[in-house]
Amino acid sequence: MVSLILRYLNYLIGAAFAFVLLIALWGTVSELIHNPPQEGAAEEFHLEPKPLHLASDGPFGHWDKQQLQRGFQVYKEVCSACHSLRHIAFRDLTGIGYSEAQVKAIAEQWQIPQPSVNKDTGEPDTRPNKPSDYFPLVFANETAAKAANNNAVPPDLSLMVKAREGGAAYIHSLITGYRPQPAELLEKFPTAKTPPGLHYNPYFATLNLAMPPPLTSDGQVQYEDGTKPTIDQMSTDVAAFLTWTAEPDMMTRHRTGYAAVLFLLIFIGLTFGAYKNIWRDVKH
Amino acid sequence: MSFPWAEQYRPKNPVMRWLDEKLPLPRLAYNAIGAGYPVPRNLNYFWNFGVLAGAALAIQIITGVVLAMHYAADSAVAFDSVEHIMRDINAGWFLRYAHATGASMFFIVVYTHIFRGLYYGSYKAPREMVWLLGVVIFLLMMATAFMGYVLPWGQMSFWGAQVITGFFSAIPIVGENIRIWLLGGYAPDQAALNRFFSLHYLLPFVIAGVIILHIWALHIPGSSNPTGVEVKGEQDTVPFHPYYTAKDGVGVGVFLLVFALILFFAPNYLGHPDNYIPANPLSTPAHIVPEWYFWPFYAILRSFTADFILPAKLWGVLAMFGSILILFFLPWLDKSPVRSSNYRPVYRIFLGILLIDVLVLGWVGGSEATPTYLILGQISAAYYFLHFLVILPIVSALERPRPLPNSITEAVLKGESGSRMSETAVGGEQAAPAE
Amino acid sequence: MATVDNAVPPGESPEPFEETVENPRRRDYLSIGAVAFAGVGAGVIALPLINQMNPSEDVLALSTTEVDLSSIEPGQAITTSFRKQPLFVRNLTQKEIAEADAVPLSDLRDPETLEQRTKEGHKNWLITLGVCTHLGCVPLGAGEGENRGPYGGYFCPCHGSMYDTAARIRQGPAPKNLFVPDYKFTSDTSVLVGEA
Repeated sequence: MVSLILRYLNYLIGAAFAFVLLIALWGTVSELIHNPPQEGAAEEFHLEPKPLHLASDGPFGHWDKQQLQRGFQVYKEVCSACHSLRHIAFRDLTGIGYSEAQVKAIAEQWQIPQPSVNKDTGEPDTRPNKPSDYFPLVFANETAAKAANNNAVPPDLSLMVKAREGGAAYIHSLITGYRPQPAELLEKFPTAKTPPGLHYNPYFATLNLAMPPPLTSDGQVQYEDGTKPTIDQMSTDVAAFLTWTAEPDMMTRHRTGYAAVLFLLIFIGLTFGAYKNIWRDVKH
Repeated sequence: MSFPWAEQYRPKNPVMRWLDEKLPLPRLAYNAIGAGYPVPRNLNYFWNFGVLAGAALAIQIITGVVLAMHYAADSAVAFDSVEHIMRDINAGWFLRYAHATGASMFFIVVYTHIFRGLYYGSYKAPREMVWLLGVVIFLLMMATAFMGYVLPWGQMSFWGAQVITGFFSAIPIVGENIRIWLLGGYAPDQAALNRFFSLHYLLPFVIAGVIILHIWALHIPGSSNPTGVEVKGEQDTVPFHPYYTAKDGVGVGVFLLVFALILFFAPNYLGHPDNYIPANPLSTPAHIVPEWYFWPFYAILRSFTADFILPAKLWGVLAMFGSILILFFLPWLDKSPVRSSNYRPVYRIFLGILLIDVLVLGWVGGSEATPTYLILGQISAAYYFLHFLVILPIVSALERPRPLPNSITEAVLKGESGSRMSETAVGGEQAAPAE
Repeated sequence: MATVDNAVPPGESPEPFEETVENPRRRDYLSIGAVAFAGVGAGVIALPLINQMNPSEDVLALSTTEVDLSSIEPGQAITTSFRKQPLFVRNLTQKEIAEADAVPLSDLRDPETLEQRTKEGHKNWLITLGVCTHLGCVPLGAGEGENRGPYGGYFCPCHGSMYDTAARIRQGPAPKNLFVPDYKFTSDTSVLVGEA
């Protein structure tokens, strides 16, 4: 008897797994029939990011340094009030076309000083930023950030483009996507009214966002290069800038890639030739 | 080991002769991967993937050792140290992207290698040990990949560590204690990160060791081939070098080209955006998924939603581990005397269905757990187990294989080339596939 | 049994086998090309693997150190830190300056005058790295009451290198004088180290 069971053990185990899955399947199907999943407001009214085209797109893209500088200006004059940029150092700004002297001036004039230690007393102190410093945090810690922002923590922006599905397009859509909550939504989901203190934005996963609209009027930032500062333009520029902050080495990566691919294509050609030659007399 | 007609190592250079007398390392290499190893002449491109897997491991070890010079396994700074590598270390972005993309490439190669083994019956006698060691390597790879993914300490790292160690809490009575022991705490933190780093550094070298055993075991009977017919004589083989070194050179070139295209132009495509958010123990991302190479297993885990004698959670964990452990029994589940599926008209259909099934499981595992996906996953998971435990043993007992060629050379000369999975049956009597 | 001169196994017929002997050049050319190309590739790939050990951008960007001189009395020295290395700032007394000036250059292993090692108009301010040029220990002598060695400057306890009042090597195994970094006076009482 035991040997018989052992001999057919595989069938038993297979049948057991299949049987349990059948029970599970029965449960899933009957649940689906009896309680069909309801689409929530967040599923029905959520929008995918609007397409956004930047000079840096694709394997042959390039940085538009004018645009990156405009984007930096938007960050500096608007976003930096709440959002930090902690993975970027002031010295990195030479990558978007600022000279070393300009970088030094930007660092020294940055509104938030760099934390330091008083060298006489050892007490916490601050000093002006240097090019070698990373952008200082806006809030000393998470609790401070929450306290100042109605319990929501403004995320660091350095990696935002890589940390969100949709990247730069998502950021652009989010910034320009604020609108009144549609009446249709309230009709269908009366409980989904945007709570006080939050702002309706269909590009945000839960539709209701703690961040108030950051760009509210054309001309909020005065561009030095004469570009017309419409909300759409400012938002595109800052999305471009954050694409750069997420990966300042991107163009180096692409350029290295061209060389690597070219090299490998030649290498494949050579090895394939050698392979064909070595095998040419052996039928296989 | 090897065939009587294998080339003997005869060093011409006096230095090599001196070395060979004192320490026959050149001889070892010559017999293992040089002209001293006779290999069936009809191997197709699927046989490139063993060498490619070795190359992938080498790339991972080299880039990994270098990254470890800059990475800090401290939960307070781990995330920042990775960004430091990306931004400030010379060529740091290249090294880190090579390591991250390299993990995916390693799995792509190994999955192809495993499927090659399934299709051509490489697990059958006399090569069972090669297969068993291969499954051990696969398990070690999965453990290494999981722990490596924890190291950047992003959101997916953290919640991956939380969920995967959670598997062990399904074990009755002692499960929760085992989980706490694994983590060194109640949730992933400093202790877990540090030990994962230590093991992530160690395991690749263990893998390298098992690979040596894997190759050693392979060299006892010699390589299999697309016909599954054993080597009968010298005319059936060519020396590994230069024939297969040249062919592997082409394979390595194509592999590196695909690697480079991903690394330089879409390095984050195979990753998840949430892992660029620092770990936050207080907030789970809306949609957590493991890396793509775990998706089929993740789908199996999630398919078990009903309690039946055992709790659903335990069923899920048992099934997930079972789905891999089944592979250990494959040489004895498949009783067919014919190795290559080219000559197994019924089995190859089911194997095709299995391939689609695993792809569906992967798709389900990477998607959100909506009822539709759950149903699809449950059906696919059931087929997965039925395939190995029920269909395969029955088919292998009942199937009438197509006639096999008398020898590799005969198959080659009749144009039944190993480079194609040819449908053409070879005339003549059916030959015994194994000696 | 195959032999060395029979390295290429016969195909199913002997004819093509002979052909390989007749025409070996094209095969060699391509194989050598492929192997050479692989070698070049490996060499190029080795560069980032080596270069990653060089100082990273943040280390290279480590900037300047500002030193306040107002609290350093003549005869005193302080130790501060410049780019993660100790920095000695010494206010020389007239006697020490005179001692340093009295030494003939021919007596020195690394001939330099005190003028060359200080800034014009600030001959009393001797600013050097506190790193012995022998093997990198921190010499004694900057702290109050420390052994300043027989030449009245610095004394390295590791291997007995002795520096004079201008921090020049006088005796012991060190080959060079203590290194004077780039610095400039931003006022009479403060210097900025790290910028010329």
